[in-house]
Amino acid sequence: MNTQNNHVISLDAVSKRYGTETVVSDVSFNIQSGECIVLVGHNGAGKTTLMKMMLGLTRPTSGNVEVLGANPAVTRKVAQHRTLGYLPESVAFYEAMTGSEVLAFYARLKGASNIDCENLLDTVGLSHAAKRRVGTYSKGMRQRLGLAQAMLGNPQLLFLDEPTTGLDPSLRHQFYELIDTLHKEGATSVISSHALNEVEARANRFIIMKSGVLIASGTLDELYKQAALPVRLKISVTPGETSSVAERLGSEINISAINNKTLKLSCFNGDKMPLIRRITDLGDVVNDLQIMPPKLDEVYSHFMNGDIS
Amino acid sequence: MKMPGLKVLLILAMKELRDGLRNRWIAAAIIVLGTLALALSLLGSAPTGSVKASAMDISVISLASLSVYLIPLIALMLSFDALVGEFERGTMMLLLTYPVTRWQVIMGKFLGHVLILFIAIFSGYGGAMLIMTFVSGASMEGWQAYVSMMASSLALGAIFIALGYLVSVLVKERATAAGTAIGLWLVFVVLYDLLLFGVLLIDEDQLIGQQLFSALMLVSPTDTYRILNLSMFDGVSQAAGIAGVASEAGMNSVLLISVMLFWIVAPLAATLFVFQKREL
Repeated sequence: MNTQNNHVISLDAVSKRYGTETVVSDVSFNIQSGECIVLVGHNGAGKTTLMKMMLGLTRPTSGNVEVLGANPAVTRKVAQHRTLGYLPESVAFYEAMTGSEVLAFYARLKGASNIDCENLLDTVGLSHAAKRRVGTYSKGMRQRLGLAQAMLGNPQLLFLDEPTTGLDPSLRHQFYELIDTLHKEGATSVISSHALNEVEARANRFIIMKSGVLIASGTLDELYKQAALPVRLKISVTPGETSSVAERLGSEINISAINNKTLKLSCFNGDKMPLIRRITDLGDVVNDLQIMPPKLDEVYSHFMNGDIS
Repeated sequence: MKMPGLKVLLILAMKELRDGLRNRWIAAAIIVLGTLALALSLLGSAPTGSVKASAMDISVISLASLSVYLIPLIALMLSFDALVGEFERGTMMLLLTYPVTRWQVIMGKFLGHVLILFIAIFSGYGGAMLIMTFVSGASMEGWQAYVSMMASSLALGAIFIALGYLVSVLVKERATAAGTAIGLWLVFVVLYDLLLFGVLLIDEDQLIGQQLFSALMLVSPTDTYRILNLSMFDGVSQAAGIAGVASEAGMNSVLLISVMLFWIVAPLAATLFVFQKREL
């Protein structure tokens, strides 16, 4: 039992092999109550398999998975599932049923009310199509119905596999607002995503997967530190003074671009403050200073390209 | 708030039932079964002849002989897709993340499919029975024989629904399931009996005793169904010309019904066993 540690989910040396192919290899992490975790990785990195193991749909070849203090593949605790919401990667429905019939069926299984269904259909913008067969739905509409069913019955634990694919920007925004609301009520969520910029602000922690291996995990700050990517600075100086400024800064400074009025510099995070002080010491010749920290995309591609120290 | 297991079963069963109503499956089955029952009974009421068999008894014989082919076919058509279809489309994965256990999924579907067959058989055959009663009258015993024929047809259907699930959980693709289901139907409905007759014809020295032959008959759910219907009621067995044969062979209705129950429970248990181990 890990609940006394406040771990909602705990993976210990989890591996999954299909035949000779290793899909997940020796992955361990804990997820605390109320956290929003984002699983990042390319296609086939093992994100979906990890989720399926946490949901108890698939059993690990070795290692232990605990969700709410129990093995999800063995104990199919009813109580556990009442408060669980899952959106599969490519969600499939009973095609012959209408949108509202599908949602009503799932709501009955979770013990959610009909009003919940109507509200959710309204939230995801499917009210107008509620009486249509799901077979006639577009990909985006299916995704929206998928979200609606995942949100049934105020879930406390959410598993969302690529939740925003096929959603238009306004609906994406709405979707993240919905997630925020659930988080304020104490929900825990595990989201897998390609769209890093979207989830950047929401996630407490990231878990970066590559070919079944967990290659990095942590908060955004921790990932920046681990990646040790250079910070870029751009300074504007009095026209024509760039070469003299470069000289005064010294030869150890890394200058990536230079023209008549601007200099682009880069340095490691630890050297940033001394460099800024030296720039301000230059006096009136410097008109402007912009500091650009590395973007999440860069951090991600840094880990993905495998140049991990 | 706890959700009792029975309620979940009912939710799943009602979904299957609604599916059956929505795709006109139930309507089609009622029409097919009703038309055949009516045609057979109206035709069958003509040659009652010197045995003085009632129209109802004749109908039981002809309907039982027909149902042996038709009901397994209908049942397999209902069930072969039940699991593999949901695996293939991906709906099973989502369903199993709901507060539903795997045995509830199987039993809920089973309940729903049996309910569909119940409606089809009892309205199709039952409707024909009512018309027959108005046209040519019926005795209490005739009614009993007819109703038990309907009930045993439902049991026969349940057997093949369960067998269909077993096929459905074992194969990888829907097409394979369809093919295997047809094969299963051929074996149980046609080939096994042909084989038995063949053995009897070859076996001139009677190496196979009556006991063994009876046992071989009981292995097949369809033969069990036939014997049950043709021997359980005197009027029917006299009309069929096999009065006393079954009891001489040591078969009573308790044994026959037990065999049919076994054929329902065993494939369901096997299906559940395989399904429990399956990863999605």
